Amino acid sequence: MMGAIASFQSMGAVDGPGLRCAVFMQGCPLRCQCCHNPETWVPGAGTQISVEELTDRILRYRSYIKKGGVTVSGGEPLLQAAFVAELFRRLRQEGIHTALDTSGYGDLAAVRELLNVTDLVICDIKFTDETIFERFCGGQLQQVYDFLALTAEMRVPLWLRQVIIPGLNDNEKSVLQLKKQAALYPNAEKIELLPFRKLCVTKYEELGIPFPLEDTPECPDETIRTLKLLLSETENSP
Amino acid sequence: MKEQWLGFNAGPWQENINVRDFIQLNYTPYEGGAAFLSGPTERTGRLMDKLNYLLELEKQAGGVLNIDTNTVSSLTNYKPGYLDKANEIIVGLQTDQPLRRGVNPFGGVNMTRKACKAYGYTLSEKIEEMFRYRTSHNEGVYRVYTDEIKRARHCGIITGLPDAYGRGRIIGDYRRVALYGVDFLIRQKEADKRRLGEGVMLQDNIRLLEELFQQINFLGKLKEMAQMYGFDISGPAGNAREAVQWLYFGYLGAIKEQNGAAMSLGRVSTFLDIYFERDIKNGVLSEEGAQELMDDLVIKLRMARHLRTPEYNELFAGDPMWITEALGGTGEDGRTLVTKNTFRMLNTLYNLGPSAEPNLTVLWSEALPEPFKRFAAQVSCDTDSIQYENDDLMRPEYGDDYAIACCVSAMRIGKDMQYFGARANLAKLLLMSLNGGRDEKTGQQLGPETAPYEGEVLEYGKVLERLDYYRPWLAKTYVNALNMIHYMHDKYAYEKTQMALHDTEVRRLMAFGVAGLSVLADSLSAIKYARVRPVRSKDGLITDYAIEGEYPAYGNDDDRVDLIAKQQVELFFEELKKNPTYRGAEHTLSVLTITSNVVYGKKTGATPDGRKAGEPFAPGANPMHGREKNGALASLNSVAKICYDTCRDGISNTFSVVPDALGSGDEERSDNLVALLDGYFERKAHHLNVNVLNRETLIDAMEHPGKYPNLTIRVSGYAVTFDKLSREQQQEVIDRTYHRVM
Repeated sequence: MMGAIASFQSMGAVDGPGLRCAVFMQGCPLRCQCCHNPETWVPGAGTQISVEELTDRILRYRSYIKKGGVTVSGGEPLLQAAFVAELFRRLRQEGIHTALDTSGYGDLAAVRELLNVTDLVICDIKFTDETIFERFCGGQLQQVYDFLALTAEMRVPLWLRQVIIPGLNDNEKSVLQLKKQAALYPNAEKIELLPFRKLCVTKYEELGIPFPLEDTPECPDETIRTLKLLLSETENSP
Repeated sequence: MKEQWLGFNAGPWQENINVRDFIQLNYTPYEGGAAFLSGPTERTGRLMDKLNYLLELEKQAGGVLNIDTNTVSSLTNYKPGYLDKANEIIVGLQTDQPLRRGVNPFGGVNMTRKACKAYGYTLSEKIEEMFRYRTSHNEGVYRVYTDEIKRARHCGIITGLPDAYGRGRIIGDYRRVALYGVDFLIRQKEADKRRLGEGVMLQDNIRLLEELFQQINFLGKLKEMAQMYGFDISGPAGNAREAVQWLYFGYLGAIKEQNGAAMSLGRVSTFLDIYFERDIKNGVLSEEGAQELMDDLVIKLRMARHLRTPEYNELFAGDPMWITEALGGTGEDGRTLVTKNTFRMLNTLYNLGPSAEPNLTVLWSEALPEPFKRFAAQVSCDTDSIQYENDDLMRPEYGDDYAIACCVSAMRIGKDMQYFGARANLAKLLLMSLNGGRDEKTGQQLGPETAPYEGEVLEYGKVLERLDYYRPWLAKTYVNALNMIHYMHDKYAYEKTQMALHDTEVRRLMAFGVAGLSVLADSLSAIKYARVRPVRSKDGLITDYAIEGEYPAYGNDDDRVDLIAKQQVELFFEELKKNPTYRGAEHTLSVLTITSNVVYGKKTGATPDGRKAGEPFAPGANPMHGREKNGALASLNSVAKICYDTCRDGISNTFSVVPDALGSGDEERSDNLVALLDGYFERKAHHLNVNVLNRETLIDAMEHPGKYPNLTIRVSGYAVTFDKLSREQQQEVIDRTYHRVM
């Protein structure tokens, strides 16, 4: 089976447990304004690769990822759910841990099969406010929640994350809302808050696309620390 | 049993010199964590304050605090010196004052004279006079160098040769002084001398007899030196403190006598642990006391200095001594060689602050206890002061009592010695081949003359043929130069103290090296997979290259180019082996540049991979920076393909990663670094320098000298204080690839 990938990174240590290989899939239905990988948006672009070839490539790093695994990110991996499912099936045969890093936005019918072979879902809920979500991501928040409900039903371990963007979701209310949402999923193991960064600006420039959040400041580490504290102090932590 | 040995398990080590046997029968493996460690005592803190003050003065004085220009450095030529006589637990300085440098003209009086001058001193007339009637190693070499070797050296196709300074890379077994005492060692050498005296008197035997005479003579001087500090080291050390002191005296004697390029300490921590354990068991030493002894030893080591010229520092930056201490590893019986004292040695980096010296080297084995692996990784993340080498790869060849000379050169302690051989510039070999044996920078004819490459586009097959033609010339010239150098070094600057701490019959290794490997591999890849057109100057010399299209670059785990790199190393090694060596030394090869990759780059014209004339090479076996597109592990996999069987003298790889790319918390980072090291070494890779730091920190340190006085970074095979690098070298370090994931 063939799929389109934007890139392959032999080492990632921040998307899932341990040392991991990271595959970035090509194509995304959303257009989140804080997106770090604009080169992955357009479906059909990128490099065509077969599951076998990609597996072989990953297996070259087997000695490093024994306690880690492979994370498939994007783009939106759910757009090529069948391909990713086939890849995960192969990796599982090899005893390699599989993580799906997604925005949760995709066709649920195809996703079920993928979740069957996924060891960990990392879902980036961009915003917990429907209006902001629609305005800054161009989609319906409910679709994400439906996806999360499916992960809960299928009991796939879940990490939730959110990028904290000054002026948009860097407030207590938003973070507590995220926490409340997380409490709905018994499979949720943790919530990660990530600071908004603008390292991607050069990518936008190269692609000739305006970066919508160009004037938004980066998120100070202090904010993340405060909000994390808020998460751990209040009750009902997942 | 001798009274100093009471409490030790008996064995063959008591009859004949056999330190390994002593260790194996007596050491206590430690599988636990770091919680037992002690911080610095108040005394240690005060001593360190004093040293830090002197280090600051040294920096302000331009890198050299003081030079004694009237005394030739040797074991007994200076009055005893102290950092703080009343408070030191371990004593002994190279000269009569801390950080004061002695002069050592045996390697070359010219170098000594220049070094004095560079720092505002004049070599005394007394010493000048002395060396008018004495031949130095350097003079000996130049008496025999051919014009061809001089040209090859001058243009930089062979550079860094130890022909004007002490060759170093010899590791005395300093533990013998502590375990046996000097009288026992003398008696053994005298017995060897008598035995040799019964043989046929021809060149080899006569030379060895004279060397033995000198060894015995210097063992006597070693005793005398210790006596000046109030210690009688004729017998074995009787307790932990004496063991550290005796051992350090052995090392001190060596660095007083020799200004060798790299003066490793060896593998002493586990050996010393046996004495520490005995004293702790007997209730006469506490954990705090044990740590204090190690801290004091390391303070002494951090004060060791040699006098070098600024040109030397251009090659080997940061005033290095390469006081390399090998830590950990696994024994042949499968027990870990990690002891509590292995932890204590690493702990000195916390107690005394990060430092380039001693050059702490962890011998990594899959079987190392997990808590030790994690502690080492944590120390790496916190201090950037340690390097890792693959014990599982070296043990089958060198056993379990080897140490590392300089950066990556393994040798069995007291049983192997090395003839250090700097390196040949493979990138320049390619350019010279295309130019029919001429230097691309000056047009000078270096090797045999042939017609320069004539076509419009470089064809892979034809280029390889040319390399095959010039490689034997380079190998022969290189081996000849080294043979001359080491003949003369043995003759005029023989390492008497260090060789006295070896077996009389040693295995000799001649360590060749290559620089510019990634440039050569990428150039050949460009020629094969892209289109490369040579650009010629008016007089027909190819001085530049125009490249059309893309080519696979070394550092991306792409066999198309990685196997070219592997093959070129093998071809050069095969060619070296065709040339016989002085004293029947075994040929070995390294891919290691130290910091000379900057100077090598300067001396090399534009290359077919797109590198511009004068640009630095990547260090050691590293891929060229900016060409790694598939992340850190892909880069590591590329380097791991260079075969250790071909490169028994080591394959150096320097790895820099920003903290955030290694994980999101301290513990996670340590765990991930452990996984990375396990993974890399499982692929039979040899060496990894690890830096976990942000490029921004380095840029800030470059802009604001003095702001980070202890910022230590690993370069090729050793560590330096960032402030001690030249601006050019700092820039090169900053330009390197920092692995990061966005």
